[in-house]
Amino acid sequence: MTALLIENVSKSYGPLETVCDVSLHLAAGERLALLGHNGAGKTTLMRMVLGLTPLTSGKIEVLGVAPGSRAARRAIGFLPESVAFHGALTGREQLHHFARLKSVKASVADDFLERVGLTHAMNRKIRTYSKGMRQRIGLAQALLGQPKLAVLDEPTSGLDPISRHEFYDIVDDLAKAGTAVLLSSHALTDLETRTDRIAIMSKGRLLANDSLMSLRKSAGLPIKVQVTATEATADQVAQRLGGQRINGCTITLNVQQEGKVALLGEIASLGNLVKDIDVTPASLEDLYRHYSTADQEGT
Amino acid sequence: MMSVFAIVRLELLIARRNMWVATSLILMGLFSSVLTLAGGAPTGTLGVDPLLVAVTSITTLSVYLVPLIGLLLSFDSIAGEAERGTLALSLTYPVSRGEILLGKFLAHLMVLGFAVAVGLALTAGLTIWKYGAADLSYLPLLKLFATSLALGAAFLGIGYCVSALVRQASTASGIVIIIWLVCVVLYDLGLLGALVADSGGYFTKTVFPWLLIANPADAFRLINMPAETVSTLASGLGAAGPTIGLASPLVSLLLWPVMALFLAWLAFRRVEP
Repeated sequence: MTALLIENVSKSYGPLETVCDVSLHLAAGERLALLGHNGAGKTTLMRMVLGLTPLTSGKIEVLGVAPGSRAARRAIGFLPESVAFHGALTGREQLHHFARLKSVKASVADDFLERVGLTHAMNRKIRTYSKGMRQRIGLAQALLGQPKLAVLDEPTSGLDPISRHEFYDIVDDLAKAGTAVLLSSHALTDLETRTDRIAIMSKGRLLANDSLMSLRKSAGLPIKVQVTATEATADQVAQRLGGQRINGCTITLNVQQEGKVALLGEIASLGNLVKDIDVTPASLEDLYRHYSTADQEGT
Repeated sequence: MMSVFAIVRLELLIARRNMWVATSLILMGLFSSVLTLAGGAPTGTLGVDPLLVAVTSITTLSVYLVPLIGLLLSFDSIAGEAERGTLALSLTYPVSRGEILLGKFLAHLMVLGFAVAVGLALTAGLTIWKYGAADLSYLPLLKLFATSLALGAAFLGIGYCVSALVRQASTASGIVIIIWLVCVVLYDLGLLGALVADSGGYFTKTVFPWLLIANPADAFRLINMPAETVSTLASGLGAAGPTIGLASPLVSLLLWPVMALFLAWLAFRRVEP
């Protein structure tokens, strides 16, 4: 079932086109990450999905209904970028208010406070919260009422690595329960294992939209193999394998997916000359850079 | 409807935490008691109902204070929330903009009504304590309370209007202070000046009465100032113009809140958070 359908959507403010002919779809239980520089159009796209900003052209459907309609809003959980609340309220009061708006019981809201690890601070004023704690309240309110579509704008900014990990655990649980998750992030490393698909945006246009595997394949980025020898054997190893010496005893080689096994066999045949091998596939950062620079060269 | 209650509840909580409730209470309570205690002095044993004297003084005070409190409660409501980013999140919830506005309005009106009620209760209590409970007519007091609510509602609506039209809460605060100055001070001064210049001509007879009831603050004053003896003591304006019945200021005072809230809703609908 399609949770979110975006078809040829454009948004322009006067002559400035912030989103240009973007098409995306998101099935129930699917996790899609939007990647892009600041100003790439991610937030504008999300605001159109939420019905906060009207479209210039194209069509968006949230669970088959128009974005911003009451039915759509009832089915959506939203976590804004750098989420803000009224500082005079306690975390619990704020969350109970949102629960009332979504017709969710107060006890359920308390469960979510525990889920995001805020029970100890729930009776303190929000103005005393750290950014990470505000982000957790934001996440808790987005989870209320079992949304069919969760829209999370830069959800992990301001979170430390452990909190980030816990955050993605919650996202995984959401997806398992059938919620479609649309999130944007700058913390690229997290997304590698935690999302099903990645969409790369630049200057309002969608450059790529696929699984990490397929993106790697179509980008054709080399795999980096790092061979550690000893100071005595480094010259010999570098001669036999080719590649670049980066310090006294390490040699770096770049190889395409097809040549990887052959190269590893060759390295193994060197026997004692080699002390260690590291194999690093193209990271998300590399991919991201590849797609966004390819676009710049194209235009 | 449940969401309106949820918003009323939250806004009341915020108003309490922000000390708005305390501030309006202290303002109204303090001024009401001082005026009640001091206001009776000049009339002494003239035979005028002492409560009526107090009501007259408090009417003059309310003309300034009630609009001020109304504007202070409302100016931040939309611009401030949009600025802080809380509005965008609220609007992704299944609640309409009309419901948000209505919820805020009801909560703020309750705060205002509470402050006015406490002020008037103090007045009544102090008058009874000083003069005894006999021969007091409470009707003017109730009338003052009801019209204060209407006056407050009008300025709440005006405050929301401003708040929805500008982008920053600081801009909104500046504009509402100007509106307050114009409505309760400059408007009357201007009318007085025009009356003096016109000296009983066309303006005084035809235009002036309409201008007077068009301003909710003046309409409020016209309803609450008894036409006879005391009015001349309190306001030069009430006596300066030709006699205006009760009906037209009442209509003006009731129309203002409805109109202002409707305009605020129209402006709020266009806000892109």
